[in-house]
Amino acid sequence: MKQHVLAVLVENHPGVLSKVSGLFSRRGFNIYSLAVGITEDPSISRITIVVEGDDYTVEQVTKQLNKLIDVIKVSKIGQDSVTRELALIKVKADRKSRHEVIEIINVFRAQIVDIARDYLIVEITGDSDKISAMVDMLNDYEIKEMVRTGAIALDRGSKMIKYEDTDRGGCFNGNNVL
Amino acid sequence: MKMTGAEAVVRALELEGADLIFGYPGGAVTHIYDALHRSDIHHVLVRNEQAAAHAANGYARVTGKVGVCIATSGPGATNMITGIATAYMDSIPMVAITGQVPLSMVGRDVFQEADITGATEPFTKYSYLVKDVNDIPRIFKEAFYLASTGRPGPVLIDIPKDISMATLDFKYPDQVKLRGYKPTYEGHPGQIKRMAKAILESSRPVICIGGGAISSNATPEIIELAETIKAPVASTLMGIGAFPGDHELSLGFLGQHGVYAANRAVSEADLLILLGARMGDRATGKTQEFAQRAKVIHMDIDPAEIGKNVEIDIPIVGDIKTTLKELLKKNISRQDWGWLSTVKKWKAKTEGVGHCTQGLNPMEIIKMLSDMVPEDTVLVTDVGQHQMWAARYYKTRKPRTFLTSGGLGTMGYGLPAALGAKLGCRDKEVILIVGDGGFQMSLGELATIVQERAEVKIMIFNNGYLGMVREIQQQLHEERYYQTAMQGNPDFVKLAHAYGIKSFRVEKEENILEGIRQLLEYKGPIIGEFVIDPTANVIPVSRRDNDETTRISSAG
Repeated sequence: MKQHVLAVLVENHPGVLSKVSGLFSRRGFNIYSLAVGITEDPSISRITIVVEGDDYTVEQVTKQLNKLIDVIKVSKIGQDSVTRELALIKVKADRKSRHEVIEIINVFRAQIVDIARDYLIVEITGDSDKISAMVDMLNDYEIKEMVRTGAIALDRGSKMIKYEDTDRGGCFNGNNVL
Repeated sequence: MKMTGAEAVVRALELEGADLIFGYPGGAVTHIYDALHRSDIHHVLVRNEQAAAHAANGYARVTGKVGVCIATSGPGATNMITGIATAYMDSIPMVAITGQVPLSMVGRDVFQEADITGATEPFTKYSYLVKDVNDIPRIFKEAFYLASTGRPGPVLIDIPKDISMATLDFKYPDQVKLRGYKPTYEGHPGQIKRMAKAILESSRPVICIGGGAISSNATPEIIELAETIKAPVASTLMGIGAFPGDHELSLGFLGQHGVYAANRAVSEADLLILLGARMGDRATGKTQEFAQRAKVIHMDIDPAEIGKNVEIDIPIVGDIKTTLKELLKKNISRQDWGWLSTVKKWKAKTEGVGHCTQGLNPMEIIKMLSDMVPEDTVLVTDVGQHQMWAARYYKTRKPRTFLTSGGLGTMGYGLPAALGAKLGCRDKEVILIVGDGGFQMSLGELATIVQERAEVKIMIFNNGYLGMVREIQQQLHEERYYQTAMQGNPDFVKLAHAYGIKSFRVEKEENILEGIRQLLEYKGPIIGEFVIDPTANVIPVSRRDNDETTRISSAG
């Protein structure tokens, strides 16, 4: 199923994330990944949600998110954007395999952030495909532990997702419908 | 001005014009009640918190004001959930106040603690847990604003006990600042233009009204629109009353249990104008087969409703009244080429009420009632067969005079809602039709009716069954009637006497008229029990009438 990336600006106060995530489970929408953090305006948090679904689903997700009082703005991130995830991977790398592992890490321009006798921790950022590709390669050397963040994304160029006082909650008269 | 949190709650209610509230006290709200006691606000003590929410719902619907209900923490709050959910599904403006255990104890599972903001998350437009006493004025201002603007709905305010005891310097804001909430009232001019064009191009237009038409007080504009474009008007359950039921362009109730003319007209239409109707499953039947021949215009204040259930050709986000006013400025007057006379023929076919041999004919009773009541009578129903009969056979002539739990279908709604409605408009006749099942879900409120001297006229349609379920068992479960016969029903006439309420029973057809007359003439609360034929069904009537309805009726 097709993936869509949504940038959701929300009020930065407690309970908002549960309202957003509750909406998804309640209405049967599937979240592929979710990442949340503060923005350039400390009173606003930005949630990046990757959803799976057809156009009807994405339209419904957008409208239902807009209905939440704490949601200030919902925007779809298009093709022309920069998307990043971060992963930390603890992989087995003893004297025998260490060189090969490091070679792979270098190919992916990832970083080693911890090293011990038999293990090392790799830090990698990139889009989902790049991280998956490296995970695939490292699987030959026994991945012991892995954590991955959800995707975050920004549109390229001058396009910006910001709250402006003139915004009408992202629901212009019929413009965003269908 | 320095005051306690509890006093601030009461002061805020006064400033918002809440002169009548419904509630039930408890440990976590004693300070609020103590402050209420010193106020001019009239508090109605119900017998169960759920009834407080339903009564506030009835009050809000007849008055157009925000209904207010209050309960204590834990069980008080959880009892209220069904009432809040009922209001949410029908978009009724309401502010529900609950007590909470002291903030320092929250999260420790202490006595009478429940996470009510969490529990009501899916059923509220918004909810607040007050964490700072200084926030009370702002929160109340926002709550009333949120409840009553845009698409209305219930807002919950959870107030920990220590917050209601703390002091603040009270200053009520005159504005709200909610950057994530800016409902669109004015329809887009371009879309209105497209709508006008579609109207002029149509030859078989039909208007369909929903609950949004009532919240928007758009009745005069809808009448003008229907008459100008010569379109008949069908109504969803929630839309009943937004267009006069006795108007010659009225088609009546649409949907699974709807009348022939309404369903036939919608399926034959080449233009369907939805006004504040979310087109729920009971109104559309199978959506693939709904209004197939029509271009569909959908006007609603909630953009999320547009395109949710049916495919739309022209979406218009906006308030019905404001947007129709703009539309009516354009030249949309069109000539009728026989569409209305075709519709008239269909309308003539809907009147049959069938025969009943094992008791009174409920449809007959409703038709008689409809002919006898004053125009501005408020009719309240509960949920089930009688509700569908009322929707089909009662002619509601004014907006805000047909009250029913449409979306959630909450049994037990009728009695407390009728109480709230009566207290909201004592000058109007308020009649409740309720089944023997639904009546027993909230009969404790008879005491509240007596206590408030609320002249509610109650018609119990007693068929000894949970009739709607019985009907499903008859049709889909090969007549295995299980757990639907209400054995052990009390003698309703004697029960009423125990509450000091006048009552009578009607068992013979020739006494129906007299019974209704007695209900209407008596000054005071009164209960009339009508012994109904238990085999009377809702569905077969429409099935007999027409194949179009059969297609969209799937009981369940």
